Order: sequence, then C-alpha cells, then structure tokens
Amino acid sequence: MDAFTTHTGRAVPLRRSNVDTDQIIPAVWLKQVSRTGFENGLFSAWREDPAFVLNNPVYEGASILVSGPDFGTGSSREHAVWALQQYGFRVVISARFGDIFRNNSTKMGLLPVVLPDDVVERIQAAVEADPAAELTVDLVERQVRLGDLVSEFEIDDYTRWRLMEGLDDIGLTLRHADDIAKYENGRQQWLPTTV
Amino acid sequence: MGRTLAEKVWEKHVVRRAEGEPDVLYIDLHLIHEVTSPQAFDGLRLSGRTVRRPDLTIATEDHNVPTVLGPIADLVSRTQVETLRKNTAEFGIRLHPMGDAGQGVVHIIGPQFGLTQPGMTVVCGDSHTSTHGAFGALAFGIGTSEVEHVLATQTLPAYRPKTMAIEVAGELPVGVTAKDLILAIIAQIGTGGGQGYIVEYRGEAVRKLSMEGRMTVCNMSIEAGARAGMIAPDETTFEYLRGRPHAPTGTAWDEAVEYWKSLRTDDDAEFDKVVHIDASTLTPFVTWGTNPGQGAPIGSAVPSPEDFTDPVQRSAAERALEYMGLAAGTPLRDVEVDTVFVGSCTNGRIEDLRAAADILRGRTVVTRTLIVPGSMQVKKAAEEEGLHEVFKAAGAEWREAGCSMCLGMNPDTLQPGERSASTSNRNFEGRQGKGGRTHLVSPQVAAATAVTGRLTAPADL
Repeated sequence: MDAFTTHTGRAVPLRRSNVDTDQIIPAVWLKQVSRTGFENGLFSAWREDPAFVLNNPVYEGASILVSGPDFGTGSSREHAVWALQQYGFRVVISARFGDIFRNNSTKMGLLPVVLPDDVVERIQAAVEADPAAELTVDLVERQVRLGDLVSEFEIDDYTRWRLMEGLDDIGLTLRHADDIAKYENGRQQWLPTTV
Repeated sequence: MGRTLAEKVWEKHVVRRAEGEPDVLYIDLHLIHEVTSPQAFDGLRLSGRTVRRPDLTIATEDHNVPTVLGPIADLVSRTQVETLRKNTAEFGIRLHPMGDAGQGVVHIIGPQFGLTQPGMTVVCGDSHTSTHGAFGALAFGIGTSEVEHVLATQTLPAYRPKTMAIEVAGELPVGVTAKDLILAIIAQIGTGGGQGYIVEYRGEAVRKLSMEGRMTVCNMSIEAGARAGMIAPDETTFEYLRGRPHAPTGTAWDEAVEYWKSLRTDDDAEFDKVVHIDASTLTPFVTWGTNPGQGAPIGSAVPSPEDFTDPVQRSAAERALEYMGLAAGTPLRDVEVDTVFVGSCTNGRIEDLRAAADILRGRTVVTRTLIVPGSMQVKKAAEEEGLHEVFKAAGAEWREAGCSMCLGMNPDTLQPGERSASTSNRNFEGRQGKGGRTHLVSPQVAAATAVTGRLTAPADL
C-alpha cells in the first residue's frame, strides 16, 4: 500500500449516520474478481439522486469524506475501501466506524479518523460554507487542521507506523514464521481439519 | 482475577505477543466463499506466496448462486464462481460447489460438518462469521486483505477487543424466538453499541436456546456493531456436536469435552461493560427502518422522528420512514408486504423451516414467498420430513440452498418499492434489491405474514 504521512485536500460533508457498506458499494458491484474498477460503484444508488452531495460540482476532486457517526457498519466487504480510494478519497472522518471497515481501511492505506461528534459537525459546517477550504490530516502529529480548528485524533502507534511506512502486514507476520510453526506443534490433537 | 470466556479463547491462540504491537493470533478454521476471496488469491500469486494450511480451510459457493436449478445465467457471477473453483483447485482447498450435497451458506455448513467447535478461532470474509460464536468459538468477519493474510500465515495480527456481557434474565414467553431476542437487543444497544467489543450472551433465556437459536443470536452480533458474539458451551453444545463428521471421537472426544467444560467465564471475572435485558417482557419483534437497530414490538406503531431526542437518531428515523414509505403512527400490523423470504445464515436452518412449516400447514400464502434452505443438507432434511410439500401446498416457492434474497446478489431480489418480511439480518437501503424495503422478522412472523399479507404474529392467525 501507499505510505500515508500527511494529506491536505478539500472535503465533502456527508450528513448521514449509519452509512453501511451496502450503501458505500451495493452488492451488485461485488461480482468482480479484480481489485480495480469500483469507483463507479461508490454510493451508486445515492448518486442517482441529483441532490446527493457527491453530485454537487463544488465538491469535485475532494479527497476527504466527513461523515455522520457509524460509518462503514455492516458487511465486511473490503470493496467499500477500494471504491472510496479509487474514487479519490484518502481519508474518512467520522465519530464512529464499523470495526471491520476500519480494519480494512488501515490494511489498504485509507485513513479512518475518529473525531468527536461536535468537531465532525464543525468541519461539515465549515466545508459547506466554503467548499474550497482545505483540510490537513496529519498522521505524524495525529492532528486534523482546518483554519483555526486543530483537533487531535487517536490511533495506536503500531497502525500509525505501518501506515506511515506503507508496510505489508503479511510480510511483517511472516518474519515470525518460527513462532507460528512452534505454536502449530503445540495445538490440541483433536482439533479438526477439513480434509 | 478470573477471566472471561473471550479472554480464555484469545489467550489460547496467541502465537506472539510483543509490547506495542498487536497480538499474532492463530486461526483454527478459515471459511472461504466466492465473493471476498478472488482478490486474496490474486495477492498470493502476485507475491509468490502459498496457502499455509489448506487443511484448515474450506470453501463453498453461496453468495451469488441461483436458487433454481441450472447454470448461472449471469456471466459475471459465473466467472466469480469459476474463479473460486480454479483457486481452490490450485491451492488444494476443499470446495463444496453448487449441486454438491455439502454445499450451502458458509455459516451453516461449518457447524453442520462439526468443523466449528468450542474454543476455536474461526474467520471468514463475511461479517456474519459471528454465528460460530454460538459454540463458544471466537469467530469474526474479516476483509479481503485479512483473508489473504490468513491464507498466507494462518494467523491475524489483532488487538483484543473489550468484553461485554449481555445478561438475558428470565424466560422467553411462548411464541417469542431467538430472532426476536436479538432484534430487541440491537434495538436496545444500537448499531454502534457493540463496536470494539466481543459480546458474551449469558443468562437463563440464552441457556435454554437450542444450538440453532444460539446461532441466530450470535449471527446478528455484527448488527449491534460487535465483531464477535459468544455463548459458553454446555451440554446442548456437546450434544449437537456428538457424531458430526469432524467432531472428535473416542478418547479424543472425552479429552475435548473436558477442555470445553473449562470454557466459561470465571465467577470473579469482570466485563468491561454489562447490559441487562429481561426476556420475559419480550414479544415478536419487527424492524420498521433501514438499520437493524430500528425495530419495535409487532404490537406497536411506526415511531415518529419526534420520539427520538438524539438529533442523529431523529434524522435517521426521518430518512428511514421516507425510504420505507411509512407514516409515523401506523400500527405495524397494518403494514402490507409483497414478498416473504425465509432463509439466510440467520434463519435458514432446519428448526427455522419447521417453524415456518408449522404455521403454513393447511394455509395459503397471499404474497410471493421464497423458502430457501441454508444448505443442501438442510434441504434434504426438510424434504425427508415433508416440509417442502407443506410449503408447496401453501403456494410458497421451495428453492435450492444459498444466500439468496438476504443480499440480492443472485436473481432473487425485490423490485423498487417492493416490501418484504425477511428472516435475514439486514434491512439496509437496497439490501434485497435497489429500492426494496425490508422488515426483519422471525421465521414464525414471516410465515404468518405470508398468510395475511400484513406483518402478523402467529398468535394473530
């Protein structure tokens, strides 16, 4: 994945809660066997409504999505992360994320930023008032900055390091192949196999 | 201090622990299906890696397979299924393809084979993997990157979530099911209530549930935001497992049972959070909105957005009523539906089909009614009991096994504006087909609704 240190860009306010992954990318898009081509599936049902925020030309080219709480709930489909990235998003800000979505995001280098409800609301209001306003999401300092607004966010050190280095999780785990083999030798004998 | 069930299972699977890093957790069983695996296998090939433990991996075709006999008409779906066949053949993974006697919804076949056992770690690229927690396993859904990680290493790096106890006191009244219980729990704690937690369902009402009922409850843990839900194993669990194809036998069985009996939360263990619910006050429960937390007893009315003090919940309710085409104050029993779906990993097992058949026996449906067994084995069992004749005589459609209308990836979908009563797990906008409107219900309420064409409890008939 691409490394993430700091990102500055314009933001789209998505004033909805419980944006489940079925909305982010409806199931009909999940039949593909490749990892690309999901940008057109992003919010595809909602985008049919001309009034939907992503159809507003003032937000064209924005790279930060600022959503209501409980973003990415529901299905484990990583396609939701791929669709957001391929559409051009680098960051999603919300007061709460679905656990699996948040995990999937950090595997792919899409940064999920948790901020308090009132801060999310202030950012949404600010970019509604001035869609050209630029937001900086700084993973190094763990800060979101927009004009006078400076808000700290939490992310564990390990995930932050991995994102900043753009490291492949599998490669990191395989460095401990000996530990895995040792563990396997000690597993209970009755545990089932599929063969 | 004692440990919770979740902590015991977690600790047993730690391969490596280091300060400032997530634990590396061993995975005992990896379930695979056609939708979330193709990109993971591609990833393996790209980096020249292989599958570490094909013997701890099993695959089935479920999400986009048609539920009528014949080949897959949709070329894109067919390619996806063929890709799974190619990948499992290349990496030596056991596959139960369409038409095979072992095929079925991934979370139905694992327990059915006896592959899901107490104390195991189970993962799958599907959020309803929480189902397997009914056996006292630690089971959770993962994304495609993690599927690739498990294929390559048979482990996952993870931080241990916090623990939550959901204490269900009292007994479920007659006619109130495991589905009603979990819908009521989600309505109480909300779709985000379980985020960051492993839930353990406890208490008298939970102990009295059958294994299938326990699976229904654990299945929907994710709808409350919890990646995993667990129930401590007991005699009900052991009886369910005994004699299944992959269950231990002989002295290994005795050894296993002895270990399984230790898999319970110690009396002096502490949960990070405790939620109480009184089972004896529950009634059949249905959803009225577009997330699984928007539910109410069937005897109540569609709520008004003004009933919610929280502004986020209020605007979500407003939007949900608009999408669902419902007016506040309408009695839920007056809501008319076009389609009834009985099936899915939530309610597609034999007890669910028996419950639906008991209500449909000698009656006629007035809606399009799809009965989709969760696996070919469930289908066979139902046919041996003659349930399929009951369904057909009532005018319902008796289908092949698959996920079907739960997520509308195959041809079983709602048309825009159509309304369903569905035994599945998600009432999200467009979940069962673009513009479709979903009410989540138990198999009993689904069957009674098919008879009247309005949301109906069996007792109303």
